[in-house]
Amino acid sequence: MTLNAQATEPGTPSDSQGMAIVARTQGQMVRRRFFRHRAALAGMIIFGFVIVLAFSSIGFAGIPGWWDKTYLDTGPLTNQGRPTLSLIPEFLGGTGIHLGEHPFGQDDIGIDYFALTMRGAQQSIIIAFVVGIVATLTGAVVGALAGYFRGRLEAVLMRLTDVMITIPVLVIAAVVGRMMGDSGALVLGVFLGLVTWPTLGRLVRGEFLSLREKEFVEAARAIGTRPSRIIFRHILPNTVGVIIVSATLGIASAVLLESALSFLGLGIQAPDTSLGQLISRYRSAMVVRPWLFWWPGMFIIMIALSINFIGDGLRDAFDPRQTRVRA
Amino acid sequence: MIVFIARRLVISFFVLLAATFIIFVLTALSGDPLEDLRQDNSPNKANKIADRTERMELDVPIPVRYLGWLGRIVRGELGVNRDGQDVAPLLGHALSATLQLVLAATVLAVVVGIVVGIVSALRQYSGFDYSVTFAAFVCFSLPIFWIAVMLKQYMAIEFNNWLKDPGIPPTVIGVLTLLGGLIFGALTVGDRKRRLLAFLVGAAISGALFTLLSVTRWFADPGFGLPLVLAISLAAAVGFTVLSAGLRQRGPLYAALAAALIGVVASQVLAPVLVDPTWLEIIGLALVTVAVCVGLGYGLGGFQRRQAITTSVLTGLFTGAVIFLDHMLQAFAAYSKVVRGRPISTIGARTPNFAGDFWQLNLDSAGHLLLPSMALILVSLATYTRYSRASMLEVMNQDYVRTARAKGLPERTVVVKHAFRNGLIPVTTLMAFDFAGVIGGAVVTENVFGWQGMGNLFIKGLREVDPAPVMAFFIVTGTAIVVFNMIADILYAYLDPRIRLS
Repeated sequence: MTLNAQATEPGTPSDSQGMAIVARTQGQMVRRRFFRHRAALAGMIIFGFVIVLAFSSIGFAGIPGWWDKTYLDTGPLTNQGRPTLSLIPEFLGGTGIHLGEHPFGQDDIGIDYFALTMRGAQQSIIIAFVVGIVATLTGAVVGALAGYFRGRLEAVLMRLTDVMITIPVLVIAAVVGRMMGDSGALVLGVFLGLVTWPTLGRLVRGEFLSLREKEFVEAARAIGTRPSRIIFRHILPNTVGVIIVSATLGIASAVLLESALSFLGLGIQAPDTSLGQLISRYRSAMVVRPWLFWWPGMFIIMIALSINFIGDGLRDAFDPRQTRVRA
Repeated sequence: MIVFIARRLVISFFVLLAATFIIFVLTALSGDPLEDLRQDNSPNKANKIADRTERMELDVPIPVRYLGWLGRIVRGELGVNRDGQDVAPLLGHALSATLQLVLAATVLAVVVGIVVGIVSALRQYSGFDYSVTFAAFVCFSLPIFWIAVMLKQYMAIEFNNWLKDPGIPPTVIGVLTLLGGLIFGALTVGDRKRRLLAFLVGAAISGALFTLLSVTRWFADPGFGLPLVLAISLAAAVGFTVLSAGLRQRGPLYAALAAALIGVVASQVLAPVLVDPTWLEIIGLALVTVAVCVGLGYGLGGFQRRQAITTSVLTGLFTGAVIFLDHMLQAFAAYSKVVRGRPISTIGARTPNFAGDFWQLNLDSAGHLLLPSMALILVSLATYTRYSRASMLEVMNQDYVRTARAKGLPERTVVVKHAFRNGLIPVTTLMAFDFAGVIGGAVVTENVFGWQGMGNLFIKGLREVDPAPVMAFFIVTGTAIVVFNMIADILYAYLDPRIRLS
């Protein structure tokens, strides 16, 4: 679909030959295709919005934000902690558009629920980025080494990958979470990244296995290029599509994984909070105070869904022919 | 092939061994196994601590403890947990509970997922296709525990409340009518006029159906009744024939219709048996059905004997399933009274101390299985839909499909015989992976719905820093993953001869 759209695109007027072909770099092509993917664009905007909202509102790492309440201070419980957020304008019979004192309501002990939810969203975003970086780096390096050098190194690395794949992710993540949960999202993210890399490692190895036999690699080897340069300058750039797509989808599932761990009480521990922990704590409050249950859930879905859509857009952008969908 | 399997088995064995070591060490290091006792204030605190230290061998280093565990495993013992209970029977109970849950969920996900995926591939870029794709993405992004809690609230508590007076309010009927019309419209290809017509037909059918269900208070005492069972079975007979053999040759159609008729008649003749059967009798009946249907297909099939046999067996089994469902539904009113009008349950695998006939017991487990299965299949369903859609799209663009069309085969033959079979190959292997994955993934669902299954065994063991149950859990899930991965590889090579195992 995207290919057709490009083919029918008229060339630049300055093109004296009348040829409808404009030279574009790989990056430009990918960017164009990505921005044509409406769902991906929407996902990107929503994800950006959530990031800005979460970090600017309650501040981060000592820097204060524009919201005057914190996720730790209790306040007087007003109106049974009902949310004061109103989105219906006055002329429609509502109370006008305003945030109010506690837009998302208050929890049991009067902590502002907006601040709590924002803190949870921060944790999820931190986990997303840390897991993304750690898992991608580890997976790419392991896959690259195994795929390029073959031989004994490959055997060792691939058996290691097999071992990691044999262990269900939730199991090892739960054990890791139980050990690391109280050291915060950053540490938890690093360790989750260290257990979720094998899928990517296998994919990268597969790519390397086929690319290392290509002529341009042969040529590079023939003129005596060092292996590290071949790996990083010649082969790795060609696998960037696979890596980015797989990393994005991995990040989305890592966000869900962290929230599931926190829900089971094996992730981030009190007094710090996370979206999964909030849902776990107030799951029985659903009937009487549904907002305690809805807000964190909506934010998890918003984060995971937008990342998934970005991943889908990237997949189409990097390989428009590819109809095969990896779930 | 045998060399491949042998090599894989040897490698897998060592991989599993390494994995057990990692899990054991991590579990043992994950916390303080004496934590609860240290806060204990009873006078025999020291005794308790000494007891547990001895039972869990806390005074020996972790690697030595691992070797001890390994030695017991080799002798076929799973060891004892923190409180001295034998782990083997615990594992047995947990496994049977989880298997029930996972089997039901997987079968449902596979069937629905493949059908939806294929339809959405055949109707690529239609409204239906876009909706299915969007829904699949939402399913991938849903936290399973969140949706499980929602299901508990809306599908169990409020649904049970609604069952007390199951009339459907007019607005809901309106929405359902619209929805039915939209589904029909989105599935139809053609110009605007045809789609509009399909929309109106779909809307009319669903509107009439739900109004009827509401007016007759069907949900309070559901059931099909004989005429409806007969109608559904005959319609299924025609449907299966259209799919598998086409209506041009009469043989398969007659065989299928006969299978449906005989099935319905047999259900009336066998009524005394069906009052309170056992599973053995049901399985026996199913086998008899298959035998009779094979005979029917063979006798009436004519030129298309093979298709006739498939069609009549499918029809026969489907008719049997409808009759089974009808009996279950008819037992509903009585069952509902026994459980005081709360048939959809949110906790555990069965109502404690419940006694009833075969149908009521089945309803009881169905009522308990419904919600956890729904929570569990959301993700699998999305995966199967995406996979079968993608693989069907790929196959439909192959040269041999074009060839099949070019030589004038009807679209039905092209889709069912040439595309569908080949499109299923990647999905088959996905099934193997997914089933193994779901066993481990049921942890969260079990937690929300209070199932005493594998997940519970694992989480409890982990909380108590108790390696024995955690390792028992892992041996089952790890072996399942290894074995199913191997089955996936072998299946793939068997189904797709281009792939060689080496």
